[in-house]
Amino acid sequence: MYDVIVIGGGIVGCAILDKLSTYQLDCLLLEKEEDVSCGCSKANSGIVHAGYDALPNTLKARFNVRGNTMYYPLAEQLGVPINKCGSLVLANESGLEQLRKLYTRGINNGVTDMQILDRNQLYNFEHNIADNIMYGLYAKSAGVVSPYEMTIALAERAVLNGSLIITDSEVVGIKNINGSYVINTQNGEYRARVLINASGYGADTINRLANQARIDYVFSRGDYYVLDSTERPIFNHICFPLPNEKGKGVLVAPTADGNVIAGPTSMRVENGTDTAVKKDGLDYIKQSVNTMLKNVNLRKVIRVFAGVRAVAGDDFIINRNNNFVTVAGICSPGLTSAPAIAEYVVEELVAQTGLELRKKDVLIDRKKPIITRDMSNQQWQELIRVNPAYGRMVCRCERITEGEILDAINSPLSPSSLDALKRRVRVGMGRCQGGFCTARVMEIIAREKGIHFDDITKKGKGSEVVVSAIKEAIIND
Amino acid sequence: MINYDVVVIGGGPAGMGAAISAKENGANVLIIERDDKLGGILNQCIHNGFGLHYFHVELTGPEYADRFIQRVQELQIDVMTQTFVINITADRMLTAVSATEGIVEISAKAIVLAMGCRERTAGAIQLGGDRPAGVWTAGLAQKLCNIDGYLVGKNVVVLGSGDIGLIMARRMTYEGANVIMVCEVMPYSSGLKRNIVQCLNDYNIPLYFKTTIAEIVGKDRVEGVVIAQVDDRMQIISSTRKYVECDCVLLSVGLIPENDLVNGLGIKMSPVTTGAEVDDYRHTSVEGIFSCGNVLHVHDLVDNVSAEAFIAGASATKYAKGELPHGQSYRVIPQNGVRYALPQRIIAGEGKVKVYYRVDNIYKAPRVVVKCNGEELYSRRYMIMAPGEMESVELDKEKIVGDVVIELEVQQ
Repeated sequence: MYDVIVIGGGIVGCAILDKLSTYQLDCLLLEKEEDVSCGCSKANSGIVHAGYDALPNTLKARFNVRGNTMYYPLAEQLGVPINKCGSLVLANESGLEQLRKLYTRGINNGVTDMQILDRNQLYNFEHNIADNIMYGLYAKSAGVVSPYEMTIALAERAVLNGSLIITDSEVVGIKNINGSYVINTQNGEYRARVLINASGYGADTINRLANQARIDYVFSRGDYYVLDSTERPIFNHICFPLPNEKGKGVLVAPTADGNVIAGPTSMRVENGTDTAVKKDGLDYIKQSVNTMLKNVNLRKVIRVFAGVRAVAGDDFIINRNNNFVTVAGICSPGLTSAPAIAEYVVEELVAQTGLELRKKDVLIDRKKPIITRDMSNQQWQELIRVNPAYGRMVCRCERITEGEILDAINSPLSPSSLDALKRRVRVGMGRCQGGFCTARVMEIIAREKGIHFDDITKKGKGSEVVVSAIKEAIIND
Repeated sequence: MINYDVVVIGGGPAGMGAAISAKENGANVLIIERDDKLGGILNQCIHNGFGLHYFHVELTGPEYADRFIQRVQELQIDVMTQTFVINITADRMLTAVSATEGIVEISAKAIVLAMGCRERTAGAIQLGGDRPAGVWTAGLAQKLCNIDGYLVGKNVVVLGSGDIGLIMARRMTYEGANVIMVCEVMPYSSGLKRNIVQCLNDYNIPLYFKTTIAEIVGKDRVEGVVIAQVDDRMQIISSTRKYVECDCVLLSVGLIPENDLVNGLGIKMSPVTTGAEVDDYRHTSVEGIFSCGNVLHVHDLVDNVSAEAFIAGASATKYAKGELPHGQSYRVIPQNGVRYALPQRIIAGEGKVKVYYRVDNIYKAPRVVVKCNGEELYSRRYMIMAPGEMESVELDKEKIVGDVVIELEVQQ
C-alpha cells in the first residue's frame, strides 16, 4: 500500500512526486509511456512566463507568478539549464492600448519588473524587430528552460529520495475499496491511500475510471520550428506578438540549449495524441514571424515538431474529492506553474486528506550533469585523465562524449530508448539529427544494457529502430 | 604543443589524398580522423564503381580506400584516429580531443580541410506528419546495413534520388526488402545516370519525378506515407495525395559540406556550394587554409575527390615552404545554365588548370563555352547534360588574362 500514487509523468506529475518525496511518505508514479515527459511536457515552447497573460484571480495567474519565482532557484538546484532572458510582447502603432492592459494585468497578478518600451528602447533589446513594431512590453522575469530536462530532473530527484516510478504502465482500472484505491495496469495492481490524477490529456479517462467528475477537453495542436544553433546569437529575448483569442500567438525565442524556436500554431485536433506536423501549421508560422521580427531564417530549420494542448475551459482544474486529487487542463502557463501547483497540491490538498506530512531528515540532491562543452580545456583535460570516456566524442554537432552518455545511462531513471537518451544528453539533437552518431549510440546502448540492435527502440515498445539482421528477411520469407 | 607543416582534418578519400601528396612533396604531415580508422564513408560503400577514372579498374569503396590507406602507411604519415578537432584559429592553431591523449594543441604551417559532408535530414526538409521510428537518412541506413549488419525496414519508400538513395534502394533489395518506389521532388534526378539504370531500372523500382512525401504516418513505427505530386512552384497538389503502406522511409535529399568547424574563421564561402571559395591551388580566402573533397563541394565520383585532394595537399606543402604562387587572380564566372564552377578563382601563371562545373537543369544538346575577355577558350557540344553529373574542362593558364566565363548555349 502506497501513501500516494500519482498517475502521469509529465511536468506536473513529476513536480508533485518530487514535492511528495520530501516527506516521509511511500509514493509511486505510474506512467503509460516508456519514459517521463513523453506528452505535452516534451513538446511545448519551454517558456518560464512572467505572469501578465492570465486573468486576475485565476489559478493560472496565481500559480504562474508563484511558479516563476520558484523556477530559477529550482532549476539551479536540479542542474537544469535555464536562461532568464526576459520576454517582449511586440506591438505596432495600434497595439499600445493592449500592451497597457497586459501591463496592468501583470501588476494585478503580482508581476514585477515590467516596462513598456518605445521603438528606440526596444531596438536596444532586440535588433531585429520588424519595421512596423512601435512598442513592446518587457518582462524581465521571463525565461527559457528545457521542459523535458526539467521534468526528468524532478523525476530523478524524486527517485533519489525514495519514490518509485514505473513506466510502460497504463492505468486501465481504478476501484475504491474501503477508502483506499486499487489501481490496475497491464503489468500489475497497486494500492494507495491518496490518488492524484496528473495525466494530462488522459485526465478525463482517469477521472472516468475513478468515477470522478468529467473533464471537458478541447485539444489544440501547436506546430514548431527548431532552428540551428547558428541562429541563436540573432535573438536574445522571447518575442511574442500581441495575444489574441487563440492564445499567446507564434513566438520566437532562444532555447535554453542554444537553438531558436518558432511556434506554436493553434490548430483544433481530435485528441491529445494528434501530434502530426501539418503543412498549414508550418505555413502559418512562416507568415507570423515576419510580422514581428526580421532575419528569422526558417531555412535554418533542423527539426519540426508538434505538441497538443489539452484545454479544459479558461482555467486549470485543480481540486480534491476526498482522497482523489484532480490536476487537469494544465495548458500554458502549465510548465511555469508546475512547481507552484505541486506545492499547493501536496501542502494543501494532500494534507487535507489526513495524510501526515512529516519532512524527511535528509534529502538527496540531484548530481549536476557533467557537460564537457561548457568546461574549460583545463577542466576537461583533468576529467579525461580520470575517465577517458569524456574524451571520446560521439555526437559531433552537440559535442557529447561517451562519458556523458554513460552518465545518462547510469542515472536514477535510466533511459531505455534513443529518444529518452536524447532528452537527457542531447545526443542527436543537433543539425545532423543523429546522422553520424546514431549507430555509435546504438553500440553504446547495446553494450551497456546487454541487448542487441534489434531490441533498441526510438521511443518504447513498437518503435524498434531496425527490423532484423540482414539476410534474416530473406531467410524468413 | 605539436608542430607540423601540414595538418589534414579528416581521413576519408579527400584527407588521405591531400596527406599523401603533401608528404610526397616533402612536408611532415598529420591526419586527424574522428573515426577509429581511415577511409571515411568509403568504408560503408561496399558496392563497386569506384576508381574507374583514377585506377582504371572497378573497385568497391573499401578497396579504393585501402589503396590509399596502404600509401599513407608506406609514407609513414602520422595519423591520429578517434580524435576530434574542436577548434581552429586563423593562425592555424588546432585544438583536438581524444580519449588517449586528452586535449592536444597542434600548430600547423598549413591546414587542409577534408571533413566531408553530412546528409540533409527530415527536419531540414520540414517533412510533415508523425515522427516515428523508421525514417532514416540513406547514408545512416547504409552504415547500419553494411557495417553493423542490420536492416532498417522491409517495405521501403525512398525520398530523393541522390546517389546514396539509389545505391541503398538496390542494397535493400539485395537484403530482402521490398523497395516500393523512389520519389523525387524535382523533374530530374540528382544522381548519376548509371545508378538509375543499375540500381532502379534493373530491379523494376519505379522512380516518380515531381513527387514528394507530404506526410509520414505512424505513431511508433512508420506505417505508411502520403505521397503527392508537386506543381512548378513545388507546392503539393492536394488532389494527387495517395497513401502508400510501408515501414521505412529512406531520405536521399542532398548533402551539405560540413564546414561548421571553420564557421568563425571568416573564410569566404560560396552560397551555391556552401563550401569555401578557392583558387586553383584550393587555397581558401584565409591564408594557409586549403579545402578539398566534399567539404568543398559535393562530388559524385571519388576519383574527382582524389584529384582535387592531390592539388590541395601539394599546395599546402608549397605554402608551408613559402613557395605557393600568389599574385594576380581572375574570377571564374558561371552563368546561363551553369550552376557553379570550381575553382572560383585562377591565379595567373603557366601550365594547365582544370575547371569543374555543374549545370542547373537537364539540357539537351547544349554547347559549353568558356570565354576570357570575349575570346573563346573552349567549346564543346554535349548530347545531354544533367545536374547530377559533374563535368570538367582543362584550360591553358597562359590564355587566362582576365575573368573566365563558363556558360551554356542552348538551342531553343
